[in-house]
Amino acid sequence: MSITSSRKQTQEPALEGLPRFAGANAETPYLGSPETKLHRKLCSSLEEAVKRSGLKDGMTISFHHAFREGDKVVNTVVDTLARLGFKNLTLASSSLLNCHDPLVDHIKAGVITQVYTSGLRGRLAEAVSNGLMKRPVQIHSHGGRVHLLQTGELAIDVAFLGVACCDEFGNANGSHGKLNCGSLGYAKVDAQFARQVVLLTEEVVAFPNPTISISQDRVDWIVKLDEVGDSSKISVGAARVTKNPRDLLIARHAANVIEHSGYFNDGFSMQTGSGAASTAATRFLEERMTRKGIKASFALGGITGGIADLHKKGLIRTVVDVQSFDGDAAESLRTSRGHLEISANEYANPTSKAAFVDRVNVVILSALEIDLDFNVNVITGSDGVMRGASGGHCDVAAAADLTIIVAPLVRSRIPTVVRRVTTLLTPGESVDVLVTDHGIAVNPKRPEVEQRLREARLPVVAIEDLHRRAVALTGEPEPLEFEERIIGIVRYRDGSVIDVVRQVKN
Amino acid sequence: MKVLKEAIAGTLESSDLLVKVAPSEKETLDIVIKSEVIKQFGKQIRRVVTETLGKLSVSAGSIVIEDKGALDCVIQARVQAAVLRGCGSEDIDWRRLS
Amino acid sequence: MKLRRSMLFVPGDNAAMLSTSFVFKPDSIMFDLEDAVSPREKDSARLMVFQALRHPAYCEIEKVVRVNELNTEFGAKDLEAAVRGGADIVRLPKTESAEEIRALDGRVATIEQECGRPSGDTKIMAAVESASGVVNAVSIATASPRMVAIALAGFDYLVDMHAKRSDGWEPELFYARAAVLHAARAAHIDAFDVAYGNVTDDEGFLREVGIAKQLGFNGKSLIHPKQIELLHKAYAPTDAEVNHARRVIAAAEEARRKGLGVISLDGKMIDPPVIEEAHMTLELAQAA
Repeated sequence: MSITSSRKQTQEPALEGLPRFAGANAETPYLGSPETKLHRKLCSSLEEAVKRSGLKDGMTISFHHAFREGDKVVNTVVDTLARLGFKNLTLASSSLLNCHDPLVDHIKAGVITQVYTSGLRGRLAEAVSNGLMKRPVQIHSHGGRVHLLQTGELAIDVAFLGVACCDEFGNANGSHGKLNCGSLGYAKVDAQFARQVVLLTEEVVAFPNPTISISQDRVDWIVKLDEVGDSSKISVGAARVTKNPRDLLIARHAANVIEHSGYFNDGFSMQTGSGAASTAATRFLEERMTRKGIKASFALGGITGGIADLHKKGLIRTVVDVQSFDGDAAESLRTSRGHLEISANEYANPTSKAAFVDRVNVVILSALEIDLDFNVNVITGSDGVMRGASGGHCDVAAAADLTIIVAPLVRSRIPTVVRRVTTLLTPGESVDVLVTDHGIAVNPKRPEVEQRLREARLPVVAIEDLHRRAVALTGEPEPLEFEERIIGIVRYRDGSVIDVVRQVKN
Repeated sequence: MKVLKEAIAGTLESSDLLVKVAPSEKETLDIVIKSEVIKQFGKQIRRVVTETLGKLSVSAGSIVIEDKGALDCVIQARVQAAVLRGCGSEDIDWRRLS
Repeated sequence: MKLRRSMLFVPGDNAAMLSTSFVFKPDSIMFDLEDAVSPREKDSARLMVFQALRHPAYCEIEKVVRVNELNTEFGAKDLEAAVRGGADIVRLPKTESAEEIRALDGRVATIEQECGRPSGDTKIMAAVESASGVVNAVSIATASPRMVAIALAGFDYLVDMHAKRSDGWEPELFYARAAVLHAARAAHIDAFDVAYGNVTDDEGFLREVGIAKQLGFNGKSLIHPKQIELLHKAYAPTDAEVNHARRVIAAAEEARRKGLGVISLDGKMIDPPVIEEAHMTLELAQAA
């Protein structure tokens, strides 16, 4: 007699607490009809998806920024939530850009009352710095965001993820379709951690989607909309190498530093930011790599068309991509087997079991300010407004063998080298070399690097000298004045508070 | 020197400044400064402008500055140019320009 | 010996360039008040250049000012600004005769006296831009003890000659280059080759640099900062040349120590000009 067919309430101690079989589809009733079996995730509207996700006031919603300035997801979703009367939501986007200015009104109306992001720009940044929000914005790095998700401080209730295409089960990617944005590195993390995942797409493809970045097993709802992004702003062509002679000068110095650093060997690994000098440095590095027969084992990032080009030329064996900055990089991801897509967790999370940043030999980053202790600010401008992004800066700086900052000594009348940074994002102990158009400064804790550069007759000077030169040109700046009120909390990659940003005084 | 007519010097390009001078009805010196770096260098800019005008013995006039992050030497030059144009003067006492 | 490989042109009314050009470290910087500045802005540019000349950031670079021709309404005032501002060299455009140089010399001397600058402190260079200038190159080059260099300006010269510009310019410029070089060498001053206008064509630029170097030009007028590094590298001696220069100097040293009148190396006699050239080679190598 089977254990389940007995009608008596037999008390078997071994089965205490275990559910009894109640039918083949007791837990999967959707298998009961072909309609629900196959199409249950498709929502006829965003409103329907919101309803089905169970979103309530006070919950946390999340977004990714792989669509860059072509993103329409954040505005569309928050507009809808505002119309539906939602309040007190926490918005966690991997970053926020100029196109997200409309959030200002929603924050004023109380739809959003807390923000977690890697960066802010435009009118939103201005408004936040002028005291828009009651609760300070939490600024985190890319790796740090995953850490916050892991510790539970950031708990996503509903993730709204824009994708280039997906099938009706939710297998999605960013690399095939009109809104081809390349890597979905940030979205992958949200899909992993969010309680409910809603995909927004312009293209639903036949099942199964042959390229899967976000798997069906993490997706709850799918909404097909006419406009999820602006492809003209997503798939921009790779930025041309700058013609600005100062950026080129700095780039050349940076390439020289790498060449003589002791890390420029066959099989080395690298990462570059997307700034003008960084991109140009890639070109100068190419010359030296070709000349010396040196190939890179991999390049990590933030991937630009310039890196994709070196990969095509066989100078970089593998490209490891958490975000594709332009159409050329996205195309490379789509077509090359050596171009890998990784998640932000694999990229830079300090508490993941392994992060790619740990294997980087040389990285070139930019800075708004750098002080006499080599501390770096990338987020507060010369007017004190919190505008810019933490990004992967402190993640890769901490882990790389050699961290190089490139920047002009003076930007118009604003000195880059300062006595003390306005806001500290990346600690000086993670920064090794500063390359400016006036000379190169090496962190005193890297005497062996300084010696190699001096032996190569590169223009090495003390950072104090650079500071003096900057002040000689611009004059000594008055210290910026702030109110007491904290409007931004800067979180280091391990979740600790490394600095705060206060409201600007006007 | 006396500002006799309206005059402009400079441009709105980065690292430059636009200087507009005009005669003033009252016998006062009225300096208005708009700058991209007003918070950090506003005081300094005003000092340089005032000093430059002082050396040219300009005691009356309306001076409007729109600065795009110019260094002191550029500020001096543009203010001097605007004043000289506004005075309709061809003669330059170079010692007043140092 | 002052190295004059690169002379970077900077328009006198461009605030951003005046504020940053010193980072490129050319051998000389030329602030232009002439062709780069529109007539309406010449007064403002003059004041900008006056201030730039006195800026500490430029104190380590040789400063040249290209003034307007002296027969224009601008020339005389440009000269005041240049000399009083502390220019190392005044560059006279469209020089056609020794008389013009002598007149310039006289004016410069007067201003030096008025402003208390040591007499003879301000040097002169002539830019030759026409057939007359080329033909009078020797008398121009020797017209004044202040003369330190003579430059050939290609565009205006070719127009004056009714010549067609070909890629490479070699036949059309050959006589002019030769004339300017001979004048420079006879007067013991420096010679500058024409500016290369196509800033996107590095190969073409380097080809022309090769010609200039071969012919013996000390340097070239440059219109874009990126040309500086390219030029300096091209002018750098090869390792073989450097080694040979070292050996020549060592041989001269040894002969001096031994009190020998004749210096020889590898069985060949070494004349003083060869030793001078060796020193120049090492200096170029050092500066590259």
